[in-house]
Amino acid sequence: MTFDQARWRRDDEPVYEPLLSDKDETTVGISGDSSETDDADSTVDVPLPDDLTRDELTLPELSEPELARHYTRLSQMTYAIDTGPYPLGSCTMKYNPKFTEDVAALADASIHPDRPERRKQGTLELQYRLQDYLARIGGMHAVSLQPPAGAAGEFTGILVAQAYHEANGDEHRSEVIVPESAHGTNFASAAMGGYEVVKLPGGEDGRVDLDALEGALSEETAALMLTNPNTLGLFERDIEEIAEMVHDVGGLLYYDGANLNALLGRARPGDMGFDIMHYNVHKTFATPHGGGGPGAGPVGVVEDLAEFLPTPRIRRSEMGYEEFEPDNSIGKVHGFSGNWPVLVKAYAYIARLGDEGLTDASAKAVLNANYLAERIEYEVPYGPFHHEFVASAGEQDAADVAKRMLDYGVHPPTTKWPEIVGEALMTEPTEIENRDTLDSLARAFNAVVDEADETLEAAPSRTAARLIDQTSAARNLRLSWQALEE
Amino acid sequence: MLAAIGVDEEADLFDIPEGIGFDGEFGIDARSEREVREDVETMLGRNDTMVELLGRGHYDGYIPSLVDHLSQRSEFLTSYTQYQPEVSQGFLQVLFEYQSIFAELTGLGIVNCSMYDAATALGETALLADRVRSTAGNRVLVPEHLRAEKRAVLANYVAGTDLSVETYGMDDGCVDIDALADRADDDAVLVYAETPTVRGVIEEGLPAIADIADEHGALFALGSDPIALSVLEEPETVGADVVIGDASVLGLPASYGMGLGMFATREEYVRQMPGRLVGASSDAADRRAYTLTLQTREQHIRQERATSNICSNQAWIALRAAIHAAWLGPSGLVEAAKDAISRADRLADAVDQLSGVDAPVHDRHHFREFVASTEQPADEIAAQLADLGYAVHALADHEIQLCVNDLGEDDLDGFVAALTEVVEG
Repeated sequence: MTFDQARWRRDDEPVYEPLLSDKDETTVGISGDSSETDDADSTVDVPLPDDLTRDELTLPELSEPELARHYTRLSQMTYAIDTGPYPLGSCTMKYNPKFTEDVAALADASIHPDRPERRKQGTLELQYRLQDYLARIGGMHAVSLQPPAGAAGEFTGILVAQAYHEANGDEHRSEVIVPESAHGTNFASAAMGGYEVVKLPGGEDGRVDLDALEGALSEETAALMLTNPNTLGLFERDIEEIAEMVHDVGGLLYYDGANLNALLGRARPGDMGFDIMHYNVHKTFATPHGGGGPGAGPVGVVEDLAEFLPTPRIRRSEMGYEEFEPDNSIGKVHGFSGNWPVLVKAYAYIARLGDEGLTDASAKAVLNANYLAERIEYEVPYGPFHHEFVASAGEQDAADVAKRMLDYGVHPPTTKWPEIVGEALMTEPTEIENRDTLDSLARAFNAVVDEADETLEAAPSRTAARLIDQTSAARNLRLSWQALEE
Repeated sequence: MLAAIGVDEEADLFDIPEGIGFDGEFGIDARSEREVREDVETMLGRNDTMVELLGRGHYDGYIPSLVDHLSQRSEFLTSYTQYQPEVSQGFLQVLFEYQSIFAELTGLGIVNCSMYDAATALGETALLADRVRSTAGNRVLVPEHLRAEKRAVLANYVAGTDLSVETYGMDDGCVDIDALADRADDDAVLVYAETPTVRGVIEEGLPAIADIADEHGALFALGSDPIALSVLEEPETVGADVVIGDASVLGLPASYGMGLGMFATREEYVRQMPGRLVGASSDAADRRAYTLTLQTREQHIRQERATSNICSNQAWIALRAAIHAAWLGPSGLVEAAKDAISRADRLADAVDQLSGVDAPVHDRHHFREFVASTEQPADEIAAQLADLGYAVHALADHEIQLCVNDLGEDDLDGFVAALTEVVEG
């Protein structure tokens, strides 16, 4: 397979597809009561006093055909799951079924949240059903759909834990324990909640070291945040003992749902002893990542914690469905009800797959990860794996390996993390890839494994842009086209 | 494939202790694509068909077809965060253009590629103020007219700090400058104000508010939206240090509250700000290229010392907003703002003619929405209007709030007729 990504460029200037502002800009004068603008291309009278208005606005003014071409070209310079495999570890880049887009775009989905409950029964019913689906899938008692992203779900969970401890007169607890190999958001979310973050070193088998955990736990422990399988793709086999240890000191166990795609139908966080969890619907339930978002990060909790969830939640009532504020709610974590259209897509995906489809998705995801791990020539420590594995680039620089893989037409894995594996290549093919694609992915890895450092350092060359200078981007900050003109 | 791995069946791949295994019975029946579509259509069909005069931070607007068609291109929709910029130039350039358009609208040089919504952007602003404050002070001053849910989100964002959120008063819909001056002292680290306010009032005292913040060494954060900013005084000019708000008035129709958190600030705070940033650089062929930059502020590198925990953001909504803004162009943006002012004025004039209705309550300039006082209880009016197919906010005992959104003249005429029926019988 060869790969040449579209690269629209001007031959007479050192740019690819020009910025809108390089094409055509127009200045519109804004005239309040009295003022005149000198150098405007046109002027609009706005019914406001002059001291409340700006003088002019300068922005690109292009025709619709020009814009259609601009954005179509830019899309062709963007790699996506629909253009090729995207085995980015921890990100679960799976195919996003197209029908979910149509379902979320239904006119009846497009309503304002401040409508009276009686007038939005359909929306409340879908929310209620999704709460219920997620509770079943996670083995949780109650779910809030409000957090707009996984990290927002973590922060919500931390606030819930805090509220629980306060309600128990236990507000002194000041520490949240996080394994060193955890997602960066875990540390940051705990810190945002005002907690001191205690980092737990990993054990030799890549799992939680129970002795280290014993040492870290104390009366100060508010919670332990874990993902299971962990970021090495390994199931924390001691999870029941871990749960007992955390609960014995009065702490709560938090489940980071980023890796839930490994377990659907096989195990549930609630059954493992977790008290709080978030779901990444843009990972596990196939809502598109959209270049970084929007996602959604619903939070599930066990029965004792339901009273602390954000407001409003949805329940059945005489009229059908109604919103209610949990008794000791932490309040709000989003201005309204979260990323509703994303939640509609997740609902549609779960309803389409059902029990068997969800279970099968995880089985295939795990099968694919283990198959690919077998097929690549890089060393893959630990194992057997669940949804992902972490290979080591050995003497090569993992970041350079990734750049070179781009030349072979595939998106590379997550690199240099978790640090427990040197020069890590964290790889998650997901369930969507067939054997041929996995083989071609393996060929991309294996083509790079023997290549010289000079070759890697010069990569990529078949992509829209060649290797991009990160240092100069940070040192000479230019964050807008205005800054480019300076 | 199983043979290649050396196991007999898929179940052998799972390394799950017996005691916690699950039998796979969620009780969710699989359905065909068509059945799911029909299920959701039927369910959402139970939402009443209504003309919504609802706003207060979330708005419905006409979205040009270009936005839907181009944003739905698979390459944009199904890509992820641009950690490999060499194959993500297209999306990065759109985000760079988004940052640039908002830099022009705010006058502030630095715009991130999105927060979740206006409320979380306000929370992040307080945390920014906490990081950059030069004093031991801990007071965050917010206006009396503030959406309660937004304030509730702010309260959660500052829960892990020593910041305390306090309210200052309003005077006929705008900031009561004297009241704010009395409240502010050297312990203030952030002064927040909005234009337009949650009640639709265009703030008239921005330079004075900025002076008060400046005098005490506090940050001045302004809440607004990109259509309003197309005609209102440039925030940079009036002294704002941070501009936040919901930018989904571009790019999104009413979406049950999904938003696009705008976040702009001055260059001096760039290393302390939350969220992703796209910068210009060059590639090995010396052509201009774009990349995520200053990632050392972010959680995946800085962990608990990151400026925020945000990872997934609203990038695709930012892309939609950028396309929408480009489609409107400067004249379209200014005309949209002009419309939001004049159409709100016309509706206020029309309902003010009715006996028992006084509109607008505040003798100020309005944008998109306004508050009307009513002789009859507001709840009753809202309920009767709902029976006639119109949704309005019932605020207090005798106050309703009306937002024109992008409603056509027929809908607005129909609403005035319905309100006439309700208040005049």
